Amino acid sequence: MTQRGLDLDDIVERALGGQRRAVGRLLSVAERGGAEADRLTAALHGRSARAHIVGITGPPGSGKSTLVGRLTAAAAASGANPAVLAVDPSSPLTGGAILGDRIRIDRTGGDVFVRSIATRGHAGGLAVAVPGAIRVLDATGFDPIIIETVGVGQVEVDIAAMADTTVVVANPGTGDAVQANKAGLLEIADIFVVNKADLPEAEALRLDLERMLDLSHVTGHEAYRGRRAPIVLTESLSGTGIDELWTEIIDHRSLLDASNARQLRQLLRLRAEVEALVAGRIHRLTRAVFDSSAGERALADLASGRIDPVAAAEIILDEGTASLGS
Amino acid sequence: MSGPPSSETPPLRVVLAKLGFDGHDRGLRVVARLLRDAGCEVIYLGLRQSVDNVVAVVEQEDADAVGLSMHNAGHLTLAPKMVQALRDAGLDTPVVVGGIIPDVDVEPLRQAGVAAILGPGASAEEVVHAVRSAVDSTP
Amino acid sequence: MVLEVIHVTDSHDDDPRARWEQEAATATERDADFVTMSDVPVEVVYGDAPYPGQYPYTRGIYPTMYRSRLWTMRMFAGFGTAEDTNARFTELLRHGGTGLSTAFDMPTLMGRDSDHEWSEGEVGRAGVAIDTLADMRDLFAGIDLGGVSTSMTINGPANIIMGMYIACAEENGVLRQRLGGTIQNDVLKEYQAQKEYIFPPRPSMRLVTDLLRFTTAEMPRWHPISISGYHIREAGSTAAQELAFTLANGFAYVEAAMAVGLPVDDFAPRLSFFFNSHSDFFEEIGKFRAARRIWARWMKERYGATDERSMKCRFHTQTAGVSLTAQQPEINIARVALQALAGVLGGTQSLHTDAYDEALALPTEEAARIALRTQQIVAHETGVASVADPLGGSPYVEWMTDEMERRAEAIFDHLLELGDGSILEGTYAAIDNGYHVSSIADSAYRFQQAVNSGRRVVVGVNRFTDGDTRDDANLLRIDPAVEDYQRKRLAQVKQQRNDEMVRRALDDLVAAAAEPTTNTVPATINAAKAMATEGEIVAALEGVFGTYVEPAVF
Repeated sequence: MTQRGLDLDDIVERALGGQRRAVGRLLSVAERGGAEADRLTAALHGRSARAHIVGITGPPGSGKSTLVGRLTAAAAASGANPAVLAVDPSSPLTGGAILGDRIRIDRTGGDVFVRSIATRGHAGGLAVAVPGAIRVLDATGFDPIIIETVGVGQVEVDIAAMADTTVVVANPGTGDAVQANKAGLLEIADIFVVNKADLPEAEALRLDLERMLDLSHVTGHEAYRGRRAPIVLTESLSGTGIDELWTEIIDHRSLLDASNARQLRQLLRLRAEVEALVAGRIHRLTRAVFDSSAGERALADLASGRIDPVAAAEIILDEGTASLGS
Repeated sequence: MSGPPSSETPPLRVVLAKLGFDGHDRGLRVVARLLRDAGCEVIYLGLRQSVDNVVAVVEQEDADAVGLSMHNAGHLTLAPKMVQALRDAGLDTPVVVGGIIPDVDVEPLRQAGVAAILGPGASAEEVVHAVRSAVDSTP
Repeated sequence: MVLEVIHVTDSHDDDPRARWEQEAATATERDADFVTMSDVPVEVVYGDAPYPGQYPYTRGIYPTMYRSRLWTMRMFAGFGTAEDTNARFTELLRHGGTGLSTAFDMPTLMGRDSDHEWSEGEVGRAGVAIDTLADMRDLFAGIDLGGVSTSMTINGPANIIMGMYIACAEENGVLRQRLGGTIQNDVLKEYQAQKEYIFPPRPSMRLVTDLLRFTTAEMPRWHPISISGYHIREAGSTAAQELAFTLANGFAYVEAAMAVGLPVDDFAPRLSFFFNSHSDFFEEIGKFRAARRIWARWMKERYGATDERSMKCRFHTQTAGVSLTAQQPEINIARVALQALAGVLGGTQSLHTDAYDEALALPTEEAARIALRTQQIVAHETGVASVADPLGGSPYVEWMTDEMERRAEAIFDHLLELGDGSILEGTYAAIDNGYHVSSIADSAYRFQQAVNSGRRVVVGVNRFTDGDTRDDANLLRIDPAVEDYQRKRLAQVKQQRNDEMVRRALDDLVAAAAEPTTNTVPATINAAKAMATEGEIVAALEGVFGTYVEPAVF
């Protein structure tokens, strides 16, 4: 690309000036990780405009993408400047991915900024990449930032749970309420959406969810999230209920602001990011030790029975820590 | 301490689309899977895309290449339009065209800046090689 | 005859052979000698019951099949302006033809006008361009629509084209009751394979049932849906998937029609099918035979049909366009011949053979002639048309027929499960979660990998590649002047019409569409008469129904 030749500061400057191509480039830097990403973090931290982060999750086929498209259109109509991060799994075998969520987001969302993110195999990758991407979008003036994930798999659920407002989408007639419960989606929901509400089973699903929410009152979950999650009925195809959903999201934001909870959620996100960064560094560090002569010696000793695995782990950690000081 | 540089090169990001009305997406879908299985990240736009939308997507997704599939006469007008629109936006992203392209049209498409042309039934190796070398030869 | 000795009763009810002979006796033999090349006489049918023409029609829907009447050699064509196609229609009718097959260009198929930005390069290219009733008048000028049978291959905007056709006929004093023909109107396979959809599935189905109701009440000679597996196969499905998805779509239409109150025997006799004939010879034959058996059983047992015509799966066949190779194109002639033979041995009612040069572009006239001659060789030289279901009773063919049926039934079970006992609901759910699209893509991918690895031989492509004499310098290309002409014509129509009338007609249509129980066909005919364009009518309906965008499922 033309901007390959530019250095990071130039790209940051262009991105801050609103150039979408530069924003796209910075997102790649953040996603890739490594030294350049670290420099980017340093350049952008503190420039945060503190955008509202909205997580939207639900099972495949629940019409999430169309819903997200509609939601961004509603947000844009109310004067906001939304962006979307659409997260999809990479193939564990090849590392490749087919990212197709934006087709439906584009068609209903108009000129919204959408970035598709593959989970990429590496450990904790998303836990660094997504906060990095949020930082880029936040600093370059997007608000709200909507993160769409498939509500299956712990990583995806965790990502959605990181948001200020987490929206869980379910579909009538598919046993979604039960599935959502099993997947742990009930615990993370600030707002429920019953999409395809024109289907006859929509009311039954709403009642299922209400019953589960009655239970969450008992378990104390409701107190933890700060309120009982409202249930919004939508039809993403026609757009019915989208304005109401947008209003619920805004209301939730106000509620969080009023109770200082938004800062708390941001702090939790930052903490999770730091944890992931630390874990990543330790991972790389120990991998380097394994490849060193000390690591090979420890493994040989382990194989011959001279030391046990716990002792080997201590040696690796000591070596790694020592190399930090050097 | 600053983190060490990432050890792996990131996957190629390829935007795949069909422009206009043509609904023959069998080839595009096969290529999407071939590229995924070769470790690429495919941003799949599918059917009925406009040239302008593809440009916007390439910017937002920071894509390394654009793959277009063509199954009717549109290739002679649409593929050059796609190349031009990218260049007008200041992008030198390579455009690879696949599908049913008569031999006589290959040279005009190359002249128009299309980086590679793949015939029907191109093998996985050919597809991946075409995309990689198009990206590698982009300055 | 020996039969009379065996039988003590006059009734033929429980003697299939006697019943068959009685039925066969009423069928006249066509004018030909039914002897082999060496003058050995051959019977109409061999083997055991159930015989051709008998439930469940595995062996054919007519007792004597091609012995009485050959299949229809239907050659589908059309390009340029409505006037160009009209000239060819007129020529065809002058030579004694009675069936007019109409192909439409891509903008028309997608419900957009010739002046749409994406129409550039497509107007009049793959078929005729129809924007308004004015084009329909040009297309059928001088033709008595009450005396011909018209086949129109269009789906998403089928009702609009139908509205224009009815309006055109009635202007010329031909009542809609007299109109005969077929419109493809198979929207379900658009979401699954061909991808020429406009509205989401449920509103599209509403339009289909509107036309079903309308034709059932007012157009007894019209075939309102041709349920098409052809495009499913072209998109890369297996034979069993083509069979299962197509018949399931048929069941879905039946369920939708019954749900709006149409008795099954009132509309089912006017349903017909369209299959692909691909290269695996016996698999194809098994597929065709299984199609008839499955349709008959489901219509009778599940949907309660009592009219035999409701149980008979009548179908058109086309050879597999996707099997044509750009390499050594002339060897496609052999592929087409074998695929045509499979279609005939499978008992098709009509057949289209592809031209050998179609892999690269529209067929040249020479290639189209060779394609027709191929059918004539099968019909008149090979002798396969002398005997009804000549392969019936072959252990392999019967096993393959059973196997195709088993595989199809497994897919029906899946759809029934998705739809909680309803094929219609299961089909909606499957479209929603990309079941058809991803299973077809899986099959296409597996096939492509087998070709790439060389495990599946495609002659001229991955083996025997010497001698590629391809010369595509002479490919047929459409004159760009057609597009200019058509755009000017559209502009002229828009200038001369009464815009207020157009607006009112479109408002009426929108009101009808917004009311689920109102039939939209009459308002569509009125919009056509007011000279609303196809694109305007589609846009008005999109306002009520929305526009479909398919999920990216892999």
